[in-house]
Amino acid sequence: MLASTLPPRAGIGLKPQHFRDVLETRPDVGFFEVHAENYMVAGGPFHHFLGRVREFYPLSLHGVGLNIGGADSLDEAHLARLAQLIERYEPASFSEHLAWSSHGDVFYNDLLPIAYDRATLDRVCRHIDIVQERLGRTMLLENPSTYVEFSSSSMSEAAFLTEVARRTGCGLLLDINNVHVSCVNHGRDAVSYIASLPLDAVGELHLAGFTRDTDASGAPLLIDSHDAPVDAVVWGLFAGVVSRLGALPTLLEWDNNIPALPALLAEARRAENLMVVGDNCRSEPARGLEYVP
Amino acid sequence: MTAQLMPVPIRMAPSLLDPMLAVPEDLRAWNGSDPARRLAVHRNNVLSSLIDALADTFPVAQELVGEAFFRALCASFVRAKPPRTPVLAQYGAEFPDFVAGFPPAASVPYLADVARLEWMRVWAYHAADAAPVGSAALESLFTCDEALGSMPLTLHPSVCAFSSAFAAVAIWSAHQGIGDLADIDIHASDCALVLRQGLEVVVLPAAAETIAFVESLQRGERLDAAIAAATALAADFDLVALLAALLRRDAVSALGPS
Repeated sequence: MLASTLPPRAGIGLKPQHFRDVLETRPDVGFFEVHAENYMVAGGPFHHFLGRVREFYPLSLHGVGLNIGGADSLDEAHLARLAQLIERYEPASFSEHLAWSSHGDVFYNDLLPIAYDRATLDRVCRHIDIVQERLGRTMLLENPSTYVEFSSSSMSEAAFLTEVARRTGCGLLLDINNVHVSCVNHGRDAVSYIASLPLDAVGELHLAGFTRDTDASGAPLLIDSHDAPVDAVVWGLFAGVVSRLGALPTLLEWDNNIPALPALLAEARRAENLMVVGDNCRSEPARGLEYVP
Repeated sequence: MTAQLMPVPIRMAPSLLDPMLAVPEDLRAWNGSDPARRLAVHRNNVLSSLIDALADTFPVAQELVGEAFFRALCASFVRAKPPRTPVLAQYGAEFPDFVAGFPPAASVPYLADVARLEWMRVWAYHAADAAPVGSAALESLFTCDEALGSMPLTLHPSVCAFSSAFAAVAIWSAHQGIGDLADIDIHASDCALVLRQGLEVVVLPAAAETIAFVESLQRGERLDAAIAAATALAADFDLVALLAALLRRDAVSALGPS
């Protein structure tokens, strides 16, 4: 099965405060995305509204608690809950993060960093094999926002992701905000980072906003806070990606400080306009990733 | 040289909720800056996102003690009882008991009960769906030949019975703009049924015998035992009126001979 059958359009997150607005106004977006864990409840309004929204839109199911980068074995109960959600809502895509979030039964509610070494690569690949086998579908794996690195890492993040995609056949969820955040946080070049990924495997893009902080030496430290509009630099990287890859399912991610629905829709429209431009560029001779506004 | 290091989660997890613990030895930053400052991003994400989740579940508890005290209380709770599941809708079940045993909160004796009421509201919101029986079921109950006491009666999965030695329901209601805090005798005991009707969770002030009746049914006891439990508290317990009220609230999912 394809990793994603989402339409190559912009989508937005489905937030409880927008449930009624969405159903009443039926905004013209390509899909809605939800965090799987929020819907792992027995019944009530969340299932009621997701079921209604699903009647009218494709769904992207995005997990934040599967712990693919964890040291422990995957939680079978959690996989069972995911399988149940997938059976019930038939999402066009299931995605998770290259990160860990639980250890020794404690859930930390954060996407925590891993070392890019052989042992971790083997473990991540084993976990993804299990997930894909258990869910009977190919998943998308999201590149992380990171703040620290490990001297025990023996390969780059892009090389690690490339090897995971090659070995497991999983697709990539390319989070362009995460690319920018991580590249600023580790003094890397975002365009070369993107160019070194297996771009054929990209099944979805994420766009989001970040917060600015500084590290102990005063260097910029960007925090992946999902509480602000998409930054100009991230829009530029996005335009470069779609001019190279064409239009792709693209989520505008807001999880904190969530604005009214029209503000989310305005960002989605902007993403779709850039995708149209990107598609036009693509029919011309191949270009680099550099974005020229 | 570093191939023997344990996986990152094993080395990093303890330091996330305990800032006194050392930073994992192989953390580094590209510019040589102190990685502890960068690890603090994760420490803050973990603690503040879990406190935010508790603040969403217990808004009146927060209003009662103020944001600063509430967040300190939650930080203690998160460190003592971190979530054991990635399903955060389940996080907070142990919070009311923790509050009851938290010495700095002893001067607000009703705080734990208000938190318990707020937890029941979240629980009812996400409880399983079940189709309510219509009010016609009430008539069939009294016209059938079977003994009333052995009649099956199943309450909607969202129904919770709440009782407090304090005026916790009145205090919670006043924070919703219902009633006046100034008129409340905090030592007047309070009861309520919490349930989801349609898509809305409602808090219905209730008599102690109603709570006894519901708790008996939820223990799996027969209707005659539930009636006895209620009548023991109030000789004039009116079964028909209570059943009619429960049916009106869609709170009964099975009643009468099947």
